[in-house]
Amino acid sequence: MVSVDSIIGRNSLHRKVQRSLRIQKLRALGLIAPLFIFILISFVIPIGDMLFRSIENQLVSEVLPRTTEYLKSEQINEDWEPPNELFWHLYVDLAIATEVKLHTRVGSRLNYEKTGISSLFRKSGRSIKKFGADDYRKALTEQVPELASIDYWELLAEGTKYGYTRDAYNEWKKRLIENDDFSEKTKPSDFLFVVLANDIKSPGATPTQGTIPEEKLLPVISELPEIRFKELFLDTDEDWAEPDVWDTIQLYSPSFTNGYYLNSADFKKGSDGPELRPENERLYALIFSRTLFMSVTITLVCLLLGYPVAYFLANLPMKYANLFLILVLLPFWTSLLVRTSAWKVLLQNEGVINDVLVAIGLIANLERLELINNQTGTIIAMSHILLPFMILPLFSVMKTIHPSYVRAAKSLGATPWTAFRRVYFPQSIPGIGAGSILVFILSIGYYITPELVGGTTGTFISNRIAYHISSSLNWGLGAALGSILLAVVLALYWVYDRVVGIDNVKLG
Amino acid sequence: MANFQPYDTSSDKAWYYIFRVICGLIFFFLMFPILVIMPLSFNAGNYFTFTPEMLRLEIEGFSLKHYRDFFTNPDWQVAMYNSFRIAPVATLLSVGFGTLAAIGLSQSHVPFRRTIMAILISPMIVPLILSAAGMYFFYSRIGLQGTYIGVVLAHAALGIPFVIITVTATLTGFDKSLTRASASLGAGPIRTFFKIQMPLILPGVISGGLFAFITSFDEVVVVLFVGSASLKTLPWEMFNGLREQISPTILAIATILITLSVLLLSTIEILRRRSERLRGITPS
Repeated sequence: MVSVDSIIGRNSLHRKVQRSLRIQKLRALGLIAPLFIFILISFVIPIGDMLFRSIENQLVSEVLPRTTEYLKSEQINEDWEPPNELFWHLYVDLAIATEVKLHTRVGSRLNYEKTGISSLFRKSGRSIKKFGADDYRKALTEQVPELASIDYWELLAEGTKYGYTRDAYNEWKKRLIENDDFSEKTKPSDFLFVVLANDIKSPGATPTQGTIPEEKLLPVISELPEIRFKELFLDTDEDWAEPDVWDTIQLYSPSFTNGYYLNSADFKKGSDGPELRPENERLYALIFSRTLFMSVTITLVCLLLGYPVAYFLANLPMKYANLFLILVLLPFWTSLLVRTSAWKVLLQNEGVINDVLVAIGLIANLERLELINNQTGTIIAMSHILLPFMILPLFSVMKTIHPSYVRAAKSLGATPWTAFRRVYFPQSIPGIGAGSILVFILSIGYYITPELVGGTTGTFISNRIAYHISSSLNWGLGAALGSILLAVVLALYWVYDRVVGIDNVKLG
Repeated sequence: MANFQPYDTSSDKAWYYIFRVICGLIFFFLMFPILVIMPLSFNAGNYFTFTPEMLRLEIEGFSLKHYRDFFTNPDWQVAMYNSFRIAPVATLLSVGFGTLAAIGLSQSHVPFRRTIMAILISPMIVPLILSAAGMYFFYSRIGLQGTYIGVVLAHAALGIPFVIITVTATLTGFDKSLTRASASLGAGPIRTFFKIQMPLILPGVISGGLFAFITSFDEVVVVLFVGSASLKTLPWEMFNGLREQISPTILAIATILITLSVLLLSTIEILRRRSERLRGITPS
């Protein structure tokens, strides 16, 4: 007997269905792809960039390559003394950096970790110009005039003989090009002559015939006064003798660091592992706990105010409910800045609320309440702004609770309170969850309102992040604080998605 | 008024009124700040509270001078111009990409639907300061920081979640047999989309667009970081005004913006009702 399957070709049918499903899938993905790529470029990658900045630390080793390389093998403790050679490397690094003002950037980078380094670098950057390098330039160009032109140095840099000179010259040139300062007319910098002289007289480089007439230069170089870098640096600033300064440079030499995260948790890098900062420098634990405290308070206030309103709306006939709903939606739709400015106007010392309280005699004119530029201001204004985000999810859940349950409870002898507590309230919990998570997520990352009405005590972690990005320019720390905030928000977002489902968000 | 049952006790009745008073107070809390700054914006003095003349309803207490300042001050005018230059373009981008993606997402077999959705909605959930910081870092690397295009891209990204949410919501009630009927009558997929699907989801698309517009029009954090001095928008100027020296002109702008949101809210409400009627869902 021939099976039915073989006649209608079941396998081929199966394949056809599979194929059409696959086409459907591809078409759906094709529709989504443009937006997905758009969001990736304009949003997801930028966030990734921020995460990267929180661990990235290339500046120190890029600007001070010789110094950090030398420090790698040093064991720095309290009795350690910086050797002469270290100051020689520091001189070359700083000489290149000062040409393009990079030393101030490294200075401020290291200043985040140890105060005082910024001014140390700036001072030294100024004084190394007076270390006597110009004498070297004069003496050497007198003997070999070609040394004054950049072309000659280009030739030198191609050779492999004077490695130190070559690397220093190339790095110097690269920095100038980055800064758009390099052309054929550029004069070789003074410090390069010191580097070259050092290479020529160093025992490893025996005089041979090459691009450089060494035999002409050697006598001149040996007559030149030796530059005592260590003394000169210590004359500039005694801090260079401090092992602490070198320890900080050594700790922040690697290209990646967990230092920003340690900072965010009020720790700092020590030579033997992380250590807690002294009491008076601890800041972030306070700000994080304040952010948490205010967000929880705002969520609770919203729940307290939102629950009765949602209950009221859900138990009204539809046509009245829609009318009252407008009273919730209008604030929701009004510009955030408008609402914040309204609160700023209302809560001022000379504002409407204080004026009314004085007029009805509740408080004396001289005892006006401090309602703004503190936590009270932030909590009042933000509860108002976020209240609709609590009412709307609560309302949509309560609408589905059928009134017959409560009626049944009452008919079985429950008091109204028991009926509410045992029957109605448990059914409204999904709405409480949805609204509370939403309000909490939104409040924990708020920036505008706390910035405008929070003063110094009513600000959130976001205000600190903004401060680091736009004022203190400690981008790494800002990024690390941001990443911690992001982790908290994403965890809550995940919970929200599990509990409510992200596509169930209602927008009015 | 309330129709009490004979078995309702007096405490039931008392609670009924107390509850309504509480709700009234909360509604008052919601509306009061918005209502109070409207009359204040007509203040003839440079005060942020009601002057005795205003309370006595004397005509000298009121004036339009803050409105005049808004419409003649070049700073405010540039800011308004910038806002209207950025928001519509950002909205178009969000609506274009967003609608396509929402249609894709509402098909029956989409792999990783949940994950894709979560990523597309994330600009709404991630705190604005983090989006702003990330965009500031990344856009500076690729040379978009401080440019018009940079701000438009950033605002479009922020508006997309709203378009996705409203359009997918309209599509969940969409009757698939309509497209099948159209196909069986000989219409191609493109014709079906424009003649059948588009008119039905249009209300959702428009209200998503309005959300996206408001998001961009009202956005300040990202523009502060990604924008530059020549791209100052209305919210940027308001933010500066509020942070440094608060001027009563802000009250006039606030009143204008409130009027604008009333108009937008009414439009969305009308669209929502129309959409429900069209899709045969009666408001219940």
